[in-house]
Amino acid sequence: MSASVEVRDLSVTLGRARVVRDVSAAVERGEWVTLIGPNGAGKTTILRALAGLVAFAGSILIEGRAVLTSTRRQIAREIALVPQSPQTPAELTVAEYVLLGRTPHIGYLATEGRHDRLAADHAIARLGLRPFAERSLGSLSGGELQRVVLARALAQEAPIMLLDEPTTALDLGRQQQVLELVDSLRRDVELTVISAMHDLSLAAQYADRLLLLDRGTIVADGAARDVLSEESLAAYYGASVRVIHENGSVFVLPRREKPRDPDAS
Amino acid sequence: MEGVSDPAAVRYATALAEAEPPAAIRARGVPPGWGLGALAFLVGSLLVALSIGPVPIGLDSIVDSALSHLPLLHVDARSSRIDDAILWQLRAPRVVLAALVGGMLAVAGSAYQGVFRNPLADPYLLGVAAGAGLGATLAIGYASAGAGARELLPLAAFGGAVAGVACAYVLGRSVGGARSTGTLILAGVTVAAFMTAVQTFVQQQRSQTLREVYAWLLGGFSTAGWHDVALAAPYIGVSSLVILLHRRVLDVLSLGDEEAAALGLDVRRVRLLIVVAATAGTAAAVAVSGLIGFVGIIVPHTIRLLVSASYRTVVPLSLIVGAGFLVLADLIARTVLSPSELPIGVVTAFFGAPFFAVVLRTTRRIVM
Repeated sequence: MSASVEVRDLSVTLGRARVVRDVSAAVERGEWVTLIGPNGAGKTTILRALAGLVAFAGSILIEGRAVLTSTRRQIAREIALVPQSPQTPAELTVAEYVLLGRTPHIGYLATEGRHDRLAADHAIARLGLRPFAERSLGSLSGGELQRVVLARALAQEAPIMLLDEPTTALDLGRQQQVLELVDSLRRDVELTVISAMHDLSLAAQYADRLLLLDRGTIVADGAARDVLSEESLAAYYGASVRVIHENGSVFVLPRREKPRDPDAS
Repeated sequence: MEGVSDPAAVRYATALAEAEPPAAIRARGVPPGWGLGALAFLVGSLLVALSIGPVPIGLDSIVDSALSHLPLLHVDARSSRIDDAILWQLRAPRVVLAALVGGMLAVAGSAYQGVFRNPLADPYLLGVAAGAGLGATLAIGYASAGAGARELLPLAAFGGAVAGVACAYVLGRSVGGARSTGTLILAGVTVAAFMTAVQTFVQQQRSQTLREVYAWLLGGFSTAGWHDVALAAPYIGVSSLVILLHRRVLDVLSLGDEEAAALGLDVRRVRLLIVVAATAGTAAAVAVSGLIGFVGIIVPHTIRLLVSASYRTVVPLSLIVGAGFLVLADLIARTVLSPSELPIGVVTAFFGAPFFAVVLRTTRRIVM
């Protein structure tokens, strides 16, 4: 296996704050790596740097090619980004929106060809959205919208998909459905998935590897059972949790330090 | 085909069935019915405006006369030579100019709304109006009467408009406006306020020209000739074409700067290109017709409400409907108080303002 994404000494400064410091990591092709860490740890900034959306120091290699010397279009052909709160213009139809994912493959002033419409249709069908193709985005529910956004990213036909908090707006069942979907897409087309997530139990169950970030640096890198410990979560999140290992899975449960006094009203 | 050597692209490609995509997987673009309807509206407006006036000219005479002017056909015109002169020397240039200006203002309005993701953006957003006003006032106030003042006016207005937007863009960019469209809009407001102050100062200082300046500011086509058409048409043609070609890109921009960039667009360059095109065309339109308000807002919004908000629909239909709308507005302006003329801005605002109130009510959930 060759590295799909390789980052060396990545640093990002926003305003005067250095939000990412000397991060080095490699992600194999077809691997699912999830960035975890407290708010402000630099998860989103790293994803934005990978997509070429913020200036950075150090080097990022995407499929062996340096992001710094690539054009926006070249990056967009390799990396599809699903942002935390995507803009979904209410009046566009699902088909129109998913077709916008073809932008990196379409000449600047050209319109979509047959292959582009096929790719969009494939993505729409894959996410079970065919019945919605002509509906406007404004008429869809949160879960449906999230699938539409994934379909747009899939239509981009990039080998790497970045997911920034893909499940925050969804209910429990929809969270699982979306993550299962990503996992099966990953197997279908050998997608490399890099995500940022807050829900540690879900992160542990879907990712091959977790990178724990704190104040812009990687403080732990490895399988969930190694990275998620009660001590490390207390240290970096300031959280009081129980970590449960069961049948090879890891679950993180928040726990109140002082249990509620049953006699107090 | 590019990218096929990429293993991921191959996997994707083999995953695609070699079937035709279902009809639903397409951008709506201009639905044929709406497209034909808009064209019929434009052609109807042109014919009605050509035929109505102090001397009515029947549709058959218009067609006859048009055919007689075509080479090789040898159709003999039955219309009188005077009718012919009225039609081709007075009415036709005026009607054609109104169509060009109307189409341009509507298309530029839709482009500005897309680039700034602001439903209230209009072609005058970045200082075109204030700059053109200042240029025109200077030309009227200081050009020695007779010595080419008539020729100087459009050039001065054009130059002022372009200078206004250039100042706004440079100012906006220097304070980070390339990242935030809001800063760019504020820079436009700043430049416009300053230029309007200078314009008012010049106007008061040369109060003998007040009336002429006022008439110009209100806009109109009462002095339109083929000369004006020839002056504005190249700019309007190129500018409209550039914006039309960007209709899909404008849809990409509606996803916001960050997502558009993640889809491979150089957002800053694209925005500059569209602003330059829209400004050049608007400046040319303003130079030959003065400041005509509302067209750039109400026409694109009407299309959004009635047909679709995708720029693949809004841009082409704005061009056609805007042209027809201003031709009709000019017809009303010159006939209601005939033989005197109403400033066309009064007509567009009289119909535009109530309409705009409706637009505001129906789009308030989208307006920030």
